[in-house]
Amino acid sequence: MQAPDHLPLLRKLLIITVLMFGFGFALVPLYDVFCDLTGLNGKTSTMAATADRAIKDQQRTITIEFLAKPDPKMPWRFEPEIRQIQVHPGEIKVVHYAAENPTSALMVAQAVPSVSPGQAALYFNKMECFCFQRQTLKAGEKLMMPLQFYVDPALPEQFSTITLSYTMYDVTQHSPAATGAAVYQTGK
Amino acid sequence: MSTISTDTHQHAGPHDADHGHHHPPAGFKRWFYTTNHKDIGTLYLLFALTMFFIGGLMAMVIRAELFQPGLQLVQPDFFNQMTTVHGLIMVFGAVMPAFTGLANWLIPMMIGAPDMALPRMNNWSFWILPFAFAILLMSLFMEGGGPGFGWTFYAPLSTKYSGDSTALFVFSVHIMGISSIMGAINVIVTIFNLRAPGMTWMKMPLFVWTWLITAFLLIAVMPVLAGTVTMVLTDKYFGTSFFDAAGGGDPVLFQHIFWFFGHPEVYIMILPAFGIVSSIVPTFSRKPLFGYASMVYATSSIALLSFLVWAHHMFTTGMPVFAELFFMYCTMLIAVPTGVKVFNWVATMWRGALTFEVPMMFAIAFIVLFTIGGFSGLMLAITPADFQYHDTYFVVAHFHYVLVTGAIFSIIAAAYYWLPKWTGHMYDETLGQWHFWCSLISVNLLFFPMHFVGLAGMPRRIPDYALQFADFNALISIGGFAFGLSQLLFLWVIVKCINGGKPATNQVWEGAEGLEWQLTSPPPYHSFTTPPDVK
Repeated sequence: MQAPDHLPLLRKLLIITVLMFGFGFALVPLYDVFCDLTGLNGKTSTMAATADRAIKDQQRTITIEFLAKPDPKMPWRFEPEIRQIQVHPGEIKVVHYAAENPTSALMVAQAVPSVSPGQAALYFNKMECFCFQRQTLKAGEKLMMPLQFYVDPALPEQFSTITLSYTMYDVTQHSPAATGAAVYQTGK
Repeated sequence: MSTISTDTHQHAGPHDADHGHHHPPAGFKRWFYTTNHKDIGTLYLLFALTMFFIGGLMAMVIRAELFQPGLQLVQPDFFNQMTTVHGLIMVFGAVMPAFTGLANWLIPMMIGAPDMALPRMNNWSFWILPFAFAILLMSLFMEGGGPGFGWTFYAPLSTKYSGDSTALFVFSVHIMGISSIMGAINVIVTIFNLRAPGMTWMKMPLFVWTWLITAFLLIAVMPVLAGTVTMVLTDKYFGTSFFDAAGGGDPVLFQHIFWFFGHPEVYIMILPAFGIVSSIVPTFSRKPLFGYASMVYATSSIALLSFLVWAHHMFTTGMPVFAELFFMYCTMLIAVPTGVKVFNWVATMWRGALTFEVPMMFAIAFIVLFTIGGFSGLMLAITPADFQYHDTYFVVAHFHYVLVTGAIFSIIAAAYYWLPKWTGHMYDETLGQWHFWCSLISVNLLFFPMHFVGLAGMPRRIPDYALQFADFNALISIGGFAFGLSQLLFLWVIVKCINGGKPATNQVWEGAEGLEWQLTSPPPYHSFTTPPDVK
């Protein structure tokens, strides 16, 4: 009997395998796009918002809770000035966060925000935020960092509390600003 | 075309290019160089059995530690390594290679093919496996210990808080993945190209069908697993930030990618079991399988749905309500084709001339206990309830019912069912019945109380627990030790059966039907060198 030619089928199956390996990696940008559109993972926009949707709605009151913590490997002190406030949708507010670099070296940090519940992230508009840039503090330096925001009046009815949480990460090693300066070593 | 006309002739066709030798060389070389599907099937099965006992020993360590509250025997770090490696070994070292071993032995004989389509690749896909598990097991003895982040290796546990053994873990999973993919490709090519004339798609035995669908699941998701571990590797060692929020990544993304692999993986470990039970139940009911076509369609729809339910593992990560509902309903939908299967098996037994030899006992236990595991799965699928059950022993009870009394019981049933065919000897029925009843009682003592402690809130993967769980945990541990010891009976039955016993007839079982039962017991080294005619 003529042995059947396995090559065409084998080739197709190998192509599927390679494509699926690529698909695993393609999920990374797909997930990012998906989350940008839906606010699924609680990430807020990294761009400053404009005030054009800031039309005040006196009927509703939203509680905003502020959480802030440095990454466990990060020696900074980092906390919000106030823990929670009540705002009306559309009302522009400014709150401050205190940061202090207690080490004896210059450090660069990046705050990463997360909003809970995730869908509310799309309606939490930041006009100015310390999280838009990296923050550089010299040894022992303290800084009050502002956050200016308003809640979009289109926020769906079911949300009455929004929690905004920041984690401050040490990015000194990846930061050109710190080149040549005495750099604090955290962890590896 | 070879002129040899009998199917079961003892020697290979002289013109057969795939087989360069008539008789296998002796000793180590025979096994190391072999391209024979029966040899490789045997290797896979023995390897899986070895891994089953090694992973079982780790379970014994876990249960010994949990026998009493407080820390007695091991430190939490080592406990975590035991739960992690136990899971990895049982999934990738015991269940999956056992199914691949059965596929190697049985698929060519069931479809009337002389061998697997790609015999040299077959040799490779087996022989890289011992290296993968040697790497994984050796990491346990290294400074800093083996992987301890759970078999699901969630980021950031595996990327930020893991030891240096993570690299070894990643490479061993890569090798396991390559082995599974090669095995799956081989199965698909064999089934597509080497079916005997007349063996149309809808005449294939259900074991072949379920394995074909499993093989497609494998080539679809094992590469995704390979990608996931690669991302963990680069995040940990090469400064990428796929799962690191500091660099713009997202740890929850890990769970999405992992479970996109992980949920179809669950069906990879159960679909061949459906095929096995669908072979055994008709034999001992002396009736054809009820609803053959619906079985094929049910298997296919389970496979397709498995790609739409991954996020039911992640209800507590803060998904929007719409997504939670979508994944909840899709998950519940899987109960429909699964129910079709269970009812078909019951209908096959209905008014059959039933006998209860050991394979049938294990198959019936499979149907009952797997269904219990399915029901607890339905409970877990209910989103609000899952917030209570998440990460408790209820989950542990659920997946051990589907994997131990599901997948493992089906593999044991398959071993009893086809051992006489493979060895040419009947196994010891009395010992086998002892093995069955000891396993059945101990496995329920082991896993059933886990439902209760789970519902009462005992978290999984913790080496210590609140005092109120002490009595149940002592019972669970006793069940665990008894189940472990019962499996020594299984080992005894197998060794005894390989070494001798009452000669088996060709058909072995009175009601058995299919091409493999037309071969001698044991079958010739090269079978179906000329394809049989399938009516």
